[in-house]
Amino acid sequence: MTAVASVIRAPRTVNRRLLTAAAFAVLGLVDVFVFGHLAHAGDATFGLSLPGAAVTVPSLHVPAAPVAYALGAASIVLAIGRAAVELGQRVRRVTIAAVLLFFVVALLCWADAGNAIPLNLVNLLAVALSSSIPIILGAMAGCLCERSGVINIAIEGQLLFGAFGAAVVASAFGGLWLGLVTGSLAGGLIAVLLAVFAIRYMVDQIILGVVLNVFALGLTDFLFDRVLTPYQNRLNSPATFASVKIPGLGDIPIIGPIFFDSTIFLYITYAVVILVQVGLFRTRWGLRVRAVGEHPTAADTVGIRVLGIRYRQVILGGLVAGIGGAYLTIGSVGSFGEDMSSGLGYIALAALIFGRWDPLGALGAALIFGFATSLEQILSTLGTALPSNILLMAPYVVTIVAVASRGGKIRPPKADGKPYVKA
Amino acid sequence: MSGPPGEGPVTPGPVTPGPDGPQSPGPGTPQDAGTPAIATSASGDAPPPASGGEETAQDGRQPFGRIILESIVEGNSAMVTTLAIVAAIVVGGLLIAFTDPVVLTAWSNFSANPGNAFAQAWDSAAGSYSAMFEGAIFNPHTIAAVFQQASLASALHDGYVSAVFNPLSETAVNATPLILAGLAVALAFRAGLFNIGATSQWIGGAMLATWLGFGVSLPPFIHCVVCVIGGFVGGAVIGWVVGVLKARTGAHEVIVTIMLNYVMEYLLSYLLGTSALGKPGSNDLISPNIAGSAVLPHIAGPSLRINAGFLVALAAAVGVWWLLSRSTLGFEFRTVGANPSAARAAGMSVERTWILVFLIAGGLAGLSGAAVVQGTDHFLTFQSYGTYGIDAITVALLGRARPLGTVLAALLYGGLYAGGVQMQAVTQTPASMTEVIQALIVLFVAAPAFVRALFRLRGAKAGGEGQTLAKGWSG
Repeated sequence: MTAVASVIRAPRTVNRRLLTAAAFAVLGLVDVFVFGHLAHAGDATFGLSLPGAAVTVPSLHVPAAPVAYALGAASIVLAIGRAAVELGQRVRRVTIAAVLLFFVVALLCWADAGNAIPLNLVNLLAVALSSSIPIILGAMAGCLCERSGVINIAIEGQLLFGAFGAAVVASAFGGLWLGLVTGSLAGGLIAVLLAVFAIRYMVDQIILGVVLNVFALGLTDFLFDRVLTPYQNRLNSPATFASVKIPGLGDIPIIGPIFFDSTIFLYITYAVVILVQVGLFRTRWGLRVRAVGEHPTAADTVGIRVLGIRYRQVILGGLVAGIGGAYLTIGSVGSFGEDMSSGLGYIALAALIFGRWDPLGALGAALIFGFATSLEQILSTLGTALPSNILLMAPYVVTIVAVASRGGKIRPPKADGKPYVKA
Repeated sequence: MSGPPGEGPVTPGPVTPGPDGPQSPGPGTPQDAGTPAIATSASGDAPPPASGGEETAQDGRQPFGRIILESIVEGNSAMVTTLAIVAAIVVGGLLIAFTDPVVLTAWSNFSANPGNAFAQAWDSAAGSYSAMFEGAIFNPHTIAAVFQQASLASALHDGYVSAVFNPLSETAVNATPLILAGLAVALAFRAGLFNIGATSQWIGGAMLATWLGFGVSLPPFIHCVVCVIGGFVGGAVIGWVVGVLKARTGAHEVIVTIMLNYVMEYLLSYLLGTSALGKPGSNDLISPNIAGSAVLPHIAGPSLRINAGFLVALAAAVGVWWLLSRSTLGFEFRTVGANPSAARAAGMSVERTWILVFLIAGGLAGLSGAAVVQGTDHFLTFQSYGTYGIDAITVALLGRARPLGTVLAALLYGGLYAGGVQMQAVTQTPASMTEVIQALIVLFVAAPAFVRALFRLRGAKAGGEGQTLAKGWSG
């Protein structure tokens, strides 16, 4: 063992600036040598409107290989700039966004080069947005919870319970709205367990979250096998919410079909994100929540009920995540399937942390994850040679790189995960 | 609580270790410092610990008082675990009974025939559980079959005897990967780290073991050993990545391990689709079968699936026990887990410890992958990793992050799995019932432990459930 120990050198921190620059350069080189060099000859065509739209936007034709070369070169220039010059925070963020955008555009050019079928960008983005819904709502649930100082790993279980509750109730009683409310309450039920065990019994919150996820998965699996499968028609065939186009806004070319022509879940998601962001940073409610999450003793001293606020936040979070779960059944595919949240709750957690426990940051991260998922779906229909598994892997690798490259700067709420005991 | 422990005879002279043996902190361990303060404060307020606390205060023999204290706690924690299992089984039974159509019909006629309602509920739950018992421990019918044979020799020859041991063999086979993966999580817990990524390390180990299994030709015994070592190395590499990222960049291990799980799952699918790991000429995501020389030998006859992987798992448990409680390195692990600042002040390299812990933990999880591939499956699919990684967490928790506890918890889980299969076959109760029971057990174990830690013996239980688990994102 000592031999192994001596091999491992003393700790050394990585120069983060160089790490980011290297990541930029790698992406730029992929743009040039994979997407540019290997692209088929010919143009890539991007469709910009859905069939049947009121105003039709003509498709966009771009020469695939030259565009990929240009974008790759731009990324490498940014990498050199990043390595050579110390940039301000705002500029750094812009460079990161630009390099990622270049990468995605180069990828799309490569995928569609010389292909007769145009790649419909509007459809891609609309699918991306709707597949982000459970991730965004899960991340908001985590945000509500963790800003008050309770770690929420049980998002996965809340999504799963929400999906189950919504499907069964909507199917048995035929009311979609009733299903939505039940889904939300089912997510809240897991949250109540989380709150009681974490706040009252002070069980370690990371452990508790994992256990609750196992519990939710086991219970829904069991009930699915035992009850839903034999009574499939009665208990597990809910209707689904139809799309609602917002009058006026929904007809705007490009933007309309992406943002304003979807199920009620997308609009609920908008509302939740705005409420959480404004609520946390612009209201007395939010100030108290953050105080409890950062310094519960100080909050208690000025008369804020620490435990009461934590109970409320955890349960609120569960209700929000339950809506995200309900989306999985009555918002998209209808019937419930075993383990249908399939890790989305953990991705929501990653989005929350990636977004530094900030609602808008988490929203951005959730959108990236949703985009990667839908990109994979769309590309597989195009029949590109890119292995879908590698593409699906990308967002997780990006998260690891992101967390590693600014690990020290990602700071959770100070009292997150620490039970509060009145002195 | 107020009775025997407090009035127990005070034996002078050298004190034998407490019932928890190796895990009880000897003099000089970092947990020592906290104990006297806790004992004093405990005697001040809550009544329950007063007996143990006053004992300590009266004769001033701190070590002995602490040992009594610990024996009480140890007794309790075994009791809590037992009660948790019983409670989980009761809740599970209710769930089985009240989702059974026959029972529900009987209860809808409750006013007409209340006796029948209860009888049906009992029959439903009892029938399922007895099938589970027959699948996990032993089946009376198989024993009867042995005695119906003309002689013991013919019973032995015709496989009737091995049929008796089949349930136990299945339990051990199911427990093997859980022991190894559970140790991977438990070891990290002891060093204050969360290893949610046993899945990624499992895949790393399984991939390398499989590749060595079909891609290399070696003499029988050596091939087997090489593959097992390959499993350790494959998992250790993945674990090492997590440790290095945490030590060098401060990336939280929970995030990195969760993300790595997905990365490795997709990598596995990708590689199984290529010629590197995939079966030539097959469209399924499946690897070729490993060579016969790489298969772990059966240890109880060819008809029982129990194999040398079980021995590897037990050996690993002994190894982890030795590492944690008998080696300098293990002392560093536990110190870093108990108090990283104190460890750093004492000259230990916390970062190096993190890297080493994840390296070894990853290796153990990788062994789990090798044990499945080489022991039972003999090939790898894109879903082979199953739920081993997540179950490992609950196994480690139930085993209180100790090697022996982890082995026992894994055997319990293995039995539940083996029994669940039988239960589904005989009574049509879904085998997913076992997942519910497992989650309930851990949930019940977690809560009272913390209640006790809070109200009576907070911090006094060095190395016990409260101490082994890290707190919050800041680790």
